[in-house]
Amino acid sequence: MQNLKIGDKIFKSRLFTGSGKFSSYELMNESLLASGTELVTVALKRINLNDTDDEMLKHLQLPGLNIMPNTSGARTAKEAVFAAQLAREAMETNWIKLEIHPDPKYLMPDPIETLIASEELVKLGFIVLPYVHADPVLCKRLEDVGVAAVMPLGSPIGSNKGLKSHTFLEIIIEQSNIPVVIDAGIGSPSHAARAMEMGADAVLINTAIAVSSNPVQMALAFKMAVEAGRIAFESKLAKTENYAVASSPLTSFLEDEI
Amino acid sequence: MIFKDIFDKYIWEDVKKSIYSKTVKDVEEALSKNYRDLEDFKALISPAALPLLESMAKLSNKYTQERFGKVISMYEPVYLSNYCNNSCVYCGFNHKNNIDRKILSDEEILKEIKTIKSFGYDHILVVTGESNKSNIEYLKNAVKLIRPYFSQISIEVQPLDQQEYEQLINEGLYAVLLYQETFNKNNYKIYHPAGKKSDFNYRLETHDRLGKAGVNKMGLGVLLGLEDWRTDSFFVALHLQYLEKQYWKTKYSISFPRLRPAKGIINLANPVSDRELAQLICAYRIFNKEVELSISTRENQNFRDNILKLGITSISAGSKTNPGGYSISDKSLEQFEISDNRSPSEIADLIKLQGYEPVWKDWEKVFN
Repeated sequence: MQNLKIGDKIFKSRLFTGSGKFSSYELMNESLLASGTELVTVALKRINLNDTDDEMLKHLQLPGLNIMPNTSGARTAKEAVFAAQLAREAMETNWIKLEIHPDPKYLMPDPIETLIASEELVKLGFIVLPYVHADPVLCKRLEDVGVAAVMPLGSPIGSNKGLKSHTFLEIIIEQSNIPVVIDAGIGSPSHAARAMEMGADAVLINTAIAVSSNPVQMALAFKMAVEAGRIAFESKLAKTENYAVASSPLTSFLEDEI
Repeated sequence: MIFKDIFDKYIWEDVKKSIYSKTVKDVEEALSKNYRDLEDFKALISPAALPLLESMAKLSNKYTQERFGKVISMYEPVYLSNYCNNSCVYCGFNHKNNIDRKILSDEEILKEIKTIKSFGYDHILVVTGESNKSNIEYLKNAVKLIRPYFSQISIEVQPLDQQEYEQLINEGLYAVLLYQETFNKNNYKIYHPAGKKSDFNYRLETHDRLGKAGVNKMGLGVLLGLEDWRTDSFFVALHLQYLEKQYWKTKYSISFPRLRPAKGIINLANPVSDRELAQLICAYRIFNKEVELSISTRENQNFRDNILKLGITSISAGSKTNPGGYSISDKSLEQFEISDNRSPSEIADLIKLQGYEPVWKDWEKVFN
């Protein structure tokens, strides 16, 4: 499997994870370990930035695991930019997952505020990964302002409904020059495998692992599904190359004529 | 548009009749749907639903975990003043009650909140009676004092004007809880005979003023046990549905104050049993997957222990309902009797035992 490069980092694992909703920090730690993930997102609003002994952060200290703060709670670009700056200082990382959802019911991302915030944060030297709806035009506009990757949703956060937006995800993947990380709504390993087969560069999973009755096993299942999907995608690529030089059984009868 | 425009179209007795005429078939249909409407909610809170309580509980548990995870948010009330001009017949702070009145000074407020902070809380709920002493200036000052210590500041006080809410939001206010007590407009004056609280319509319009002021979160509820709880709860659901559409950027929560013994209280005409309260909590969750559901220390240990898995998302612990109760004095009168006296750390342990993680911090000041 090829490694994934985003910003200044190289990832072997294409399974990114969230840290919320787990029934205990210990279980979260074990699940993340089982998943093999190298990137976990953390809501800034959950962290005691003044506390060097914060429970959540303590349980995220795993070898090879990168912690990326998210701005969940921000309703405007202004709030998100402030939050990002706070996070950069406190957590010593310039990676930021931009989450701006003024709608607390469905947590739908605000496209306008997200674009504004992305542009500003890129200028301020952040490595920005914005969470957005599966809007192909928005994704290109974000690419234009310099974000490191786009994170279009599969379906609403926590809904476990899978890739309801797959038609648009396919377009985004086709048109994107930067990594595409499908985030939100993935409910089962088969969804994750499908996302990878479609050509997504990575997926982000939280609820499906955290609230499963056996999060550690589920994390393992997702790990395997992401690998399976990615291998399938990469081998499909190889097959396409071969096909171009293969024989043409349908039209070979015409060769004599030429 | 305000909620009254919708509310006035409903007749209490008709709604009540409609709820009580729901059948088991209506309940089963409501449970099998993906999206439930208000008629479904009526079925879920009707007497017909009681035999299906276990199914409701399982569904409520599932939805809550998907939306909120296996976490329970912690909050703590702090009573700043029990001076009150109202004469609510069920309340210990009733103007007519001859009790020790107290309003906390700046120094006393700081002492109280520092004690609460030491328990681990980051979400505080400021409560006062309705009085000129605890007016908007007092409240603004209190929020200002509390701001450096708590990320989430909520208040449960008298209804205020939109402009007053805007001022408080500027100081860092996060949420406002306000209960209509009962939506039975005809009987409302019986329980709230005097003072500003006797104005049913002004109270009813509060959440609209809050929405227009741009508050982050608002809390709804009725005083269970005052009138028919089913009919009252229908109106809460109606109110919630209206508010979510009208003020789509706001978060919502529902609380379940259940009439409890207090000095000078009236006899309970419509008591709500534990089973019925559990049914109500599950019904709200099935009707609305995103609303926060909050339980206080008014409820006893056994109920609180078991209700965590039924849809509740936030809980208080080690609460004191008298001004100065945490660090200053226990002489001033409680608003209501506490049924669960366990400390915050005991409740946190219980939460973990039930398979949930207690969440103390869930907001960041930078978002205000």
